[in-house]
Parts: sequence; structure tokens; C-alpha cells
Amino acid sequence: MCGIVGIARGDRALVDRQPLRRMLATLAHRGPDERGMHVEGSVGLGHARLSIIDPAGGHQPMAHPQAGLWITFNGEIFNYVELREELIGKGHRFRTRSDTEVILHAYEEWGNACVERFNGQWALGVWDERRRRLFLSRDRLGIRPLFYARLGNRLLFASEIKALLVHPDVPRRIDPVGLNQVFTYWSTLPPRTVFEGIEELPPGHNLVWQDGQLEVGRYWQLQFEPDTSAKTETQWADELIELLSDSTRLRLRSDVPVGAYLSGGLDSTLTTALIQRTTDAPLRTFSITFEQPEFDESDYQRQAVDALGTDHEAIRCTARDIGDVFAAVVRHAERPLLRTAPAPLFLLSELAHDSGFKVVVTGEGADEMFGGYNIFKEAKVRRFWAQRPDSAWRPLLLKKLYPYLPNLQAQSLAYQKAFFHVRPEDLTDPLFSHLPRWEMTSRLKTFFSEELRAATAGQNGYADCLSTLPNEFADWPPFCQAQYLESTMFLPGYLLSSQGDRMAMAHSVEGRYPFLDHRVAEFAARIPPRLKMKGLHEKYLLKRASRDYVPESVVRRTKQPYRAPDVAGFFPPSRDQSPPEYVQELLSPEQLRQDGLFRPEAVASLVRKASRGDVVSQRDNMALVGILSTQLIVEHFIRHQPSSASSDQIEPPPQAAVPRLVGDDVAEETYDATSPVR
Amino acid sequence: MSNTVDALRAFIQENFLFGREPDFSDDDSFLEMGLIDSTGVLELVGHLETTHGVTIEDDELVPENLDSINRIVRFIELKQQAATSA
Repeated sequence: MCGIVGIARGDRALVDRQPLRRMLATLAHRGPDERGMHVEGSVGLGHARLSIIDPAGGHQPMAHPQAGLWITFNGEIFNYVELREELIGKGHRFRTRSDTEVILHAYEEWGNACVERFNGQWALGVWDERRRRLFLSRDRLGIRPLFYARLGNRLLFASEIKALLVHPDVPRRIDPVGLNQVFTYWSTLPPRTVFEGIEELPPGHNLVWQDGQLEVGRYWQLQFEPDTSAKTETQWADELIELLSDSTRLRLRSDVPVGAYLSGGLDSTLTTALIQRTTDAPLRTFSITFEQPEFDESDYQRQAVDALGTDHEAIRCTARDIGDVFAAVVRHAERPLLRTAPAPLFLLSELAHDSGFKVVVTGEGADEMFGGYNIFKEAKVRRFWAQRPDSAWRPLLLKKLYPYLPNLQAQSLAYQKAFFHVRPEDLTDPLFSHLPRWEMTSRLKTFFSEELRAATAGQNGYADCLSTLPNEFADWPPFCQAQYLESTMFLPGYLLSSQGDRMAMAHSVEGRYPFLDHRVAEFAARIPPRLKMKGLHEKYLLKRASRDYVPESVVRRTKQPYRAPDVAGFFPPSRDQSPPEYVQELLSPEQLRQDGLFRPEAVASLVRKASRGDVVSQRDNMALVGILSTQLIVEHFIRHQPSSASSDQIEPPPQAAVPRLVGDDVAEETYDATSPVR
Repeated sequence: MSNTVDALRAFIQENFLFGREPDFSDDDSFLEMGLIDSTGVLELVGHLETTHGVTIEDDELVPENLDSINRIVRFIELKQQAATSA
């Protein structure tokens, strides 16, 4: 796992080394072990390396001189062993044991289509000297990040936005439309970001830059085609567990030890159990605990650890910890957040890093693929109710959904009907499942300043989202429509980025996700919806498939959504403590007036409410976190040139060699794959 | 009752509109304006119970009683009358 950067010019002018070096320096946290650059003529590639596979041979940028190719690559191609064999069969000769070299030969053999053969998580750039062509690609589900900026006839790309913003010619401005999207969907819709002129390569897409022309195209799409054959539940469950075992096995390919996150939920308990069946090596696992019982899952974590016998370590996250690390969290996430839930994961990756781990397996993705989320259940109940809006007992099911939201429990039917969009006319809306969430989130815009409102006028409604839906969407069962929205928006735009890659890589830790193997995703998309959620039993098939692997108490437990203290992290309930200094500063009327995004008097009301301890609603919690994180974005990236990683410099993992700076100031070429075969 | 109306508007302005001038009439529906969410209803009820010394039962938490300024005013009047005559 690593950080990548690059500059390519459409004209024949030479690429300047200095800006590339500065870009690379901002990504030191992603790759503390080595740094390399290759600058030749009108192209420059840079790489910050976290060595995981073939530490001795896998230096980057890497060349395939016979084919005139150079690569900078972040991620893993888990099936590189098999691809390597196949390519050797076709006459390719390899000089290293790395997956990076396999990509170079796969590109030589199959061109752009090589990525369709990859099983993995990647963001990569290949420079094809002979055709003077830059090829960028991002994995199917959006696990690894990749951003780019067009500056006249130059194209810049990088793993993180901060690397682009330090380039002297890249403007540093907020994109109001991107901000409006975050305050609707929780994330921007790629290619848009919250920064003007900076674009995100969407998951499952390639980009080709040649002669100053840019072309972005999709190579993979999540398609729901429920299987109508007479396959039995047992057959489905057997196939599922076999596939997951294989997906987990591939994700243990590493030349450094692999640990695991164990939350106490079904998904990570299952992936942990599958790891243990694959290897005899003792397994280290990590988790977060909270002081507040409403967030804490220690009991289930203990049950899972006792049953599986892992060597476990937990980190306790207090509300105060969240306030303390939140500024760093936003600097890594590079987009506004509406919840603080990424913050504990920032602390967790620090624990994994300090324990000597560079790689962890997690259960992320199971809820999307196998139907675990409350939003799916909620949509099912709402649909059921909306078909008979006067039914007295149908809505009672809603109260069963949110036992952890006491405020909701007290509501009358009439209010619930209004809050949950239970109107027959909504039934045909393609976005039915997500209307309550997005409407609630959109209400936060009441804090927008007049200027921001004016700049986003005409952006109301969900037209930008509707335009991204595939043609087949309308024909899918409602349950699959909800899964698609969740898997293509919230998963890459928030869970895998703000809560995933960015929090892990902040401490040089790579996440691996057995549930996000594309074969698992494609298999899940064929499972009939009734087996994903049977009645209101979420993840029915996955639970059934897990029975022989996961302790019964964990299989049967009520699902608890992962949440963390929000406002309490910034406004301590105790009178003797005051909010962290940066919170007071960034939410002060003077600062808000200067930045011009939010109404100072509105934020002042909200701050008063929070100081009194009266912020209780989801909406107010989200508003405060959203405004504060946006202000942090302005502070870190607009008001100031983003700093290099020095402000949160981290040491390389204990077992790693001393970081080496190779090639940068030494020679034009960096690592030459033609060096003697190891 | 104009004091009650003013106090209610002030409460809504501070807590739900966050300072924005309330640009709605006393008959406009809070739900239709998107002014109030599920927790907001409870915040409103807490406020009414504290300022008007009434106790509001669970089955009274319906839009008929609480969904506009005028509805609340009427509802509070009825509650207070009931309390006096009891």
C-alpha cells in the first residue's frame, strides 16, 4: 500500500521535478518505507511505498523496458500469482516476485482490458512510452483512492487531494456544488469533489490521457440479476462460504504479517474465523471500545475472541479523544464529515501500526452485499406500510427497527408516517429507500450562507444522482435498488474512503476486504432478495452460511450500527471543560463570516444549544459535525497550502527497515526492473 | 395569547431555524415546511411542558395538536382549561 503521484504533459515540454517531489512529500504517511520518482521528458511518476509484497524486488516506479512501460501503483492484485503463471505461459519473463511487475506484463499483453482480470484493490498509473499514453485505473468498488486535475495540456494525478493542492498551478477553491452534494448524500458524486477543478476517478473506471486528450470509461458495473433457478438455501449457503473462504485466502497473500479488525459483529467475526481456518499462525485482532454503553460492543468482542482464541487488543475511545483527533481526521479524509465515526478508526489504525502491523483484514462490505443495513429494512417496512397507509399494525414494525433511538420510539403514527415518507405516490420513486435519509440530511442546508445558497440554486432535488443510475436500474427489485444506491454511493464515498482507506493509511495500515472481492459482489447480486432479508431478518443467508464458523451468540445478536459520540466530542457535558480551541476558533462568528459558507448567527444558535447540552437530535448532531469539518477543510486546504505530512509525521512500523530515499536526486531512472534477477 | 405566540416563535427561531427569521404564518404546518424532525417534536414538547406547566401524554403527540403555531396555542389552552376545571 502506497501513495502515487504523476504529471503528464500533452505537449513535449519537460516535466519539472520540483513540484512532483512536493506532491510526493504530502503522501509520506501512505508510504513511509521508500520514496521513488521517475521523470523522463514530458512525464513524471512518483511513489511512496509501504512494502508488503516482495519488499526487496518491488521498488517503484517500476519499468518494463522491453515494452517501454513504467508504472506507479497503490494497492494489491491478489491473484497476481495465477496471472503470473498465465503470462509466463504466454512467454513473458519476470525479474521480481512482485504483483507490480505482473500489472506491467498484463498491460503489455491485454492493454486496458487487463484490469478486468485483476482481483484486487488498486489505483495505478501506467506510462506507455511508445504510444505516449498515460493509463490510470481504479478498482471496481472504490477501495483505493485516485484523483486528478487538468491544467491546460497537463494532467496531474494522485492518491490524495492534498498532493494536487500543493502544486503551485492548482487552484485552491471550494466547489459549492460538491459541498451541496455532501450535505445531501453524505458524499460527493464522482468525478466531483468539494474542490473546484479536482476530480475523482470513479470506482470501476479507467482513464486514458493521450496527446492532451482525456477519456474516462467504465469497465465494470454492479448488476443485479437475481437467480431464479431452484437452488436450495443450503446450496446457496455452501457456495457462499466456499467463495468467501477463497476470497479470504487470497487476501492473506503478503510478505508481512496480517492482522484483523474484530468489531464483535457477524461480518468481522466471520472473516476472522475464515482466516484462522486458512492458517495455523497465531492471529492478532484489534477493536474499539467506548465508555458509553450505547456505542460499546465489548461484550460481543469478548465472546468472539473467546470462541476464536485470537490474540486480541482493544483501544478505548472517549468522547474527548474524538475532539482531540478530529482535526487530523478531516485532514486525512479531505471531505466534510457528518458523523465522527471515522475518528475511532483513526485511533484503531494507530493501535495496529504501533503493534507492528501494516495489513488488516476487515468485514467491510457485508452489509451492502448481503443486506444488513437498517435502511434496507426500513425501506421494506415503509413499502409494506405505504401499500396500506391506513393500516394500524403495519407501522408498528418501524419501532422494531430502531430500538436504539428512544426518541423515535415515542412518536405517534401520524408523525412516523410523515418522517418515513409513507405515501403511496412515493412507491414508484426509484430513490424510495433513501428519501428519508437524504431529506433529513438536506435540512442541514438551513445553515448555508446566502452566497452558498445562491451558488447552489438549481441543485435541489436528486437529478445529479438519478443521472448516474444504469438503464437496468428500473427493472431491479426494490431491495436491489436500495443495495445499488448504498453500494455505489455511501460505500465508496464514505465507508471505504473517509472511514476506510484514509483512516487506515493515516497510520500506514492497509485494509483488506474479503466481502469486496468482485466475485463475492457478483455472487451476492445473484442471490434472490428474499434470502438476503427473510421477513425482517437481515443478512439471512450470510448468517446461515456462518453457523459453523461464528459463535451462536454473535450470529443471533441484534445488529448494532457502528456509531460514535458526535457533539459530546466537542462540547463536553462537564462544565469545567471547554471545547477544544480549534472548535471555538473555527465556529466563531468572525471566522464563519470570513469563510462565507455558513450563517454565523445560525451556527451561534447551534453552538449555544450544544453548550447547554441540548443537542440531542440526529439533525443537530450532523449539522455541528458537518459545519465543523467543512470549516476544517477550509482551514487545512484553502486558507493555507496543505502541509506535507510533517504535521502528523509517523514513524515507520517497528519491524520496517529505515526508510530509504532512492532515485529522487540520484538519477533519471529510479528502480530498474532489468537489474539482476533475484 | 399573543405572548404565547411570540414565545413559541422565538423558541422555534432559536432551536429549529437557528436564528433565521420565521417566514411562515401561524397556520403553516411544521411537517410540510420540514421544520421539525422526530427529535424536534420531543424538544417542542419538553419546552411546552416547562413553560406552560402542562403534562402532555404520549397519545397527544399528534400533528393535530402540535403541527402549527395556532394548533399548539389551542392545544395548550384546552390543556390548561382541563387542568383548572379538574
